Amino acid sequence: MTTLLDRKLLRDLLHLRGQVIAIMIVVASGAMSYVAMRATWMALLESRESYYAEYRFADIFATLKRAPESLGERIRLLPGVAAIEMRVVADITLDIPGLNEPATGRLISIPRERRAMLNDLHLLQGRYPDPNRRDEAVISGAFSTANRIVPGDRIAAIFNGKWRQLQIVGVGLSPEYIYEIRPGEIFPDPRRFGVIWMSRESIAPAFDLDGAFNDLSLVLAPGASADSVIDEVDRLLDGYGGLGAIRREEQQSHRFISNELDELRVFGTWIPGIFLAVTAFLLHLALSRLVATQRDQIGTLKAFGFGNSAIGSHYLRLSLIAVAGGVAAGVIAGNLWGRSLARLYAEFFHFPRLLYRLDPQVIVVTTLISTGAALLGALGAVSRAVAIPPAESMRPEPPARFQAGLLERLGLQQVLPLSTRIILRNLERTLVKSALTTLGISLSIALLFVGFYFFDAIDHLIHVQFRRVLLEDVTVIFREPRPRAAGFELSRIPGVLRVEPFRGVAVRLRHGHRSKRLAIIGMERNADLRRAVDTRMRTHPMPPAGLLLTTSLAERLDLRPGDQVTIELLEGRRDTRVSFVAETIDDLLGLSAYMDAEALDRLIGDAGAISGAHLLLDDHQREPAFQRLRASPQIVGMTIPAAVLENFNQTMARTIGTSTTITILLACILAFGLVYNGARIALSERGRELASLRVLGFTRREIATMLLGEQAILTLFAVLPGYLIGYGLCRLIVFVIDTELVRLPLVLSARTFVGSAGIVMIAASLSGLLVNRRLKRLDLVEVLKTRE
Amino acid sequence: MPLEAAGTEVTPSAAEPVFRARGLTKTYRMGEVEVHALRRIDLDLFAGEFVVILGPSGGGKSTLLNILGGLDVPTSGEVIFRDHKLTGADETELTRFRREHVGFVFQFYNLIPSLTARENVALVTEIASSPMAAEEALHLVGLDDRLDHFPAQLSGGEQQRVAIARAIVKRPDVLLCDEPTGALDYATGKIVLDLLARINRDLGTTTVVITHNAAIAAMADRVIRIRSGEIVEILHNPNRMSPDQLEW
Ligand SMILES: Nc1ncnc2c1ncn2[C@@H]1O[C@H](COP(=O)(O)OP(=O)(O)OP(=O)(O)O)[C@@H](O)[C@H]1O
Ligand SMILES: [Mg+2]
Repeated sequence: MTTLLDRKLLRDLLHLRGQVIAIMIVVASGAMSYVAMRATWMALLESRESYYAEYRFADIFATLKRAPESLGERIRLLPGVAAIEMRVVADITLDIPGLNEPATGRLISIPRERRAMLNDLHLLQGRYPDPNRRDEAVISGAFSTANRIVPGDRIAAIFNGKWRQLQIVGVGLSPEYIYEIRPGEIFPDPRRFGVIWMSRESIAPAFDLDGAFNDLSLVLAPGASADSVIDEVDRLLDGYGGLGAIRREEQQSHRFISNELDELRVFGTWIPGIFLAVTAFLLHLALSRLVATQRDQIGTLKAFGFGNSAIGSHYLRLSLIAVAGGVAAGVIAGNLWGRSLARLYAEFFHFPRLLYRLDPQVIVVTTLISTGAALLGALGAVSRAVAIPPAESMRPEPPARFQAGLLERLGLQQVLPLSTRIILRNLERTLVKSALTTLGISLSIALLFVGFYFFDAIDHLIHVQFRRVLLEDVTVIFREPRPRAAGFELSRIPGVLRVEPFRGVAVRLRHGHRSKRLAIIGMERNADLRRAVDTRMRTHPMPPAGLLLTTSLAERLDLRPGDQVTIELLEGRRDTRVSFVAETIDDLLGLSAYMDAEALDRLIGDAGAISGAHLLLDDHQREPAFQRLRASPQIVGMTIPAAVLENFNQTMARTIGTSTTITILLACILAFGLVYNGARIALSERGRELASLRVLGFTRREIATMLLGEQAILTLFAVLPGYLIGYGLCRLIVFVIDTELVRLPLVLSARTFVGSAGIVMIAASLSGLLVNRRLKRLDLVEVLKTRE
Repeated sequence: MPLEAAGTEVTPSAAEPVFRARGLTKTYRMGEVEVHALRRIDLDLFAGEFVVILGPSGGGKSTLLNILGGLDVPTSGEVIFRDHKLTGADETELTRFRREHVGFVFQFYNLIPSLTARENVALVTEIASSPMAAEEALHLVGLDDRLDHFPAQLSGGEQQRVAIARAIVKRPDVLLCDEPTGALDYATGKIVLDLLARINRDLGTTTVVITHNAAIAAMADRVIRIRSGEIVEILHNPNRMSPDQLEW
């Protein structure tokens, strides 16, 4: 008996293969995105945690000006401190063969003899520097690859004003620079920034740090309170130019990875969520229709003595089979995608090894939630099947009940053509189903909307940053604050057209119990190269007094214009000042505080100093100008916006390109699945009606319009909600992304609107075409013979 | 509505044939087995004629009607409608043929459930070249007071009358009815047949009705009996009876 029911199951599956396949693809897409993002998330997390543990990534980081090692020993003995590492860390200018602009090396000291240390070095190639050779260095992997520098090569560097040749002996990685970027930047530029490890003894003298240190990392004892240790450390370092200790959560590389993990988790939840919900809905539609057409069969089976459980499980199995196939395909595809996603991450995040593996737990969870969605979708239809009384087999399904409805109440029935009336009345009769279909399609529009939004945000970011904010050719940073006259020295360099000095003062801003460590940037009032520009691209002149804060900083400190703010100076005399918030602007990049240069000088109460300058160069004299700048002992860092932009465009094009392709694919699958299923079910419900119309002399095109017009209207109606949901998701993303790293602007281009709706309409049209092919095979004779 | 007296003489032989079928064969292949639905049928149908096709189930009646109506194509043989050759015509031409010349009445009415009676009829007027008003067609079938009812709000007989109105509204040249009373009870069936006969006489539409009920034969100009895919007998009936005279 069961074997015959199984055979019926098989025939039903074959008969419904189009819909079953469509549902399988939707399930597979959901499973795929879950598996890929979840597995990649786990891979990143596990790789990071094991890397941190194995290489002793520190819990607390502090930079200072100079402290004797004896102070470090006192910190080591503080309660709650398990281990410390005293280092010398400095930025140096590098002369890379084949690179016009100078590169920056972040020099980090390592023990003379190799031993286990915090933020330990992982050697990829070569060896540890020989304790007896003072010029040997290990460089970071990304820098090595980008500049094709390998062990055995030599590079020239300026150490505190003196040229030195470095002998590269090894290539390495450190948990401190998994995401290797220049401080304060967002995207890596391995061509122009790299980490260089050298023995402490060989570099300390050059920076006057013999027997001293200027960088401290420490690991907390189990159960120790980070806050109290930080307080103690800050207190001890106070007299030594300490800039305030930070915890791991604020460490730059760590923070970028965490942000990425958060994004993966969010996307890896709501994208599969959408697909699962649509799966349940599609199964509900398909099974309800099947049960409706098979009413008489069900009645007959029951009349012959098949029990409710046999009937129920029969239809349940049908949906489980569709889901099982989808899950299997989704897990396989998800694993492949996850692998390539992990490979992509490996280009940005440098781990000794990225531990990608497909945890069986992920497969189990995928299977469970997909099955859950299948059961949910099947529930209604199956219970309806179970409820059909055996006597039902004697009666045909009653004709669809239509009555005068909205159309008539609005008096529209007189004006609309009959084919439109057919479409509208069908929509009205199946209002809930239609609404859900529209919701589903709008979700696919929303998905695309978000995908395109990323382009908009990045475009806008680039436009504002590189066309409005960073107007200089190069920014130079001095090793130490210098008198204002240093600006004139710069302007005497041939090829330098304009010099705009700036001052950065390390401070801790405090408002109530909230505080934030940063640098207040003093800007010249008549500056042209760098200005405070908001997201709407309006330039804000520096207020003559008080602070100009970015909105994200103001929010974080709970400050509003007019509020008083305490400024703890972290350099010089290290005392406290009080100022006020003059204005806040919606800036794109992170947390910044600006002040008029003179006002800042007044606030600090010194003669005025500059930390660096923005320069405009003569196009024809860039080479010699760079040469001179690079050779200057006072300059430790240079950033070139054009180079950053180029690098940014290259990396972004690939990353966003891939993810957008996948988003488009997923959205198309969603729209396709919904429209295809909707049209197939409509065809099944109304096939007889359409065939009759054909017999009456309507052309194929005319009946196709009546059938597909319904789907077209549902798709059209999805556009507006799609935009709204998409907009909401964009806001969610902007919210999820760590605003201290980058503040994604909520700007939307016409491309986003046209693209998201357009692609979904194309996908819908394609599925319409597929259904249209079935219309051709509509059997006109059949309809005369039988009643459903 | 002036109705002519019963027994209006039509002289088939003298009239122009509307349909001319020659050597019509329809064979279905079911794996190894061949089913001969029609075997070399020759038949002429004349303008204004009322023809009844009788025969046992599976005899090939529907197959023949479907081929005449351009819904199906014969395996061999040819059908000529006036001066159009239907056999060999493509899908578009057949659709146009149905649209312009043929009215169908189905056994199960096949009304569009989402349209009212009036709209179901009006639907056809949208694609016909010189239709009568939907209301007029519905008046002809006596449904003036059911214009705005949806199919689900009509009885079976009423639905079939709407279907007839829908078939005649475009003033078709031929009206093809496959067991129009098959789903109706005795009395209602009679009303429907009466209607078909009146329309035939009134509008002069060539009408072909398939039925299982031999008693209807008395209404017809000609009765064609089909068995096992062959015409076994053609009966001329010079004195047609009006439907209400029938006893069946
Ligand atoms: N699609 C088909 N495939 C195979 N055989 C068919 C098909 N359609 C009809 N037949 C066969 O052709 C023959 C004629 O069928 P047709 O429908 O014309 O009979 P009919 O005279 O209208 O019968 P009824 O009075 O029962 O409607 C039958 O034997 C039938 O089994
Ligand atoms: Mg038949």
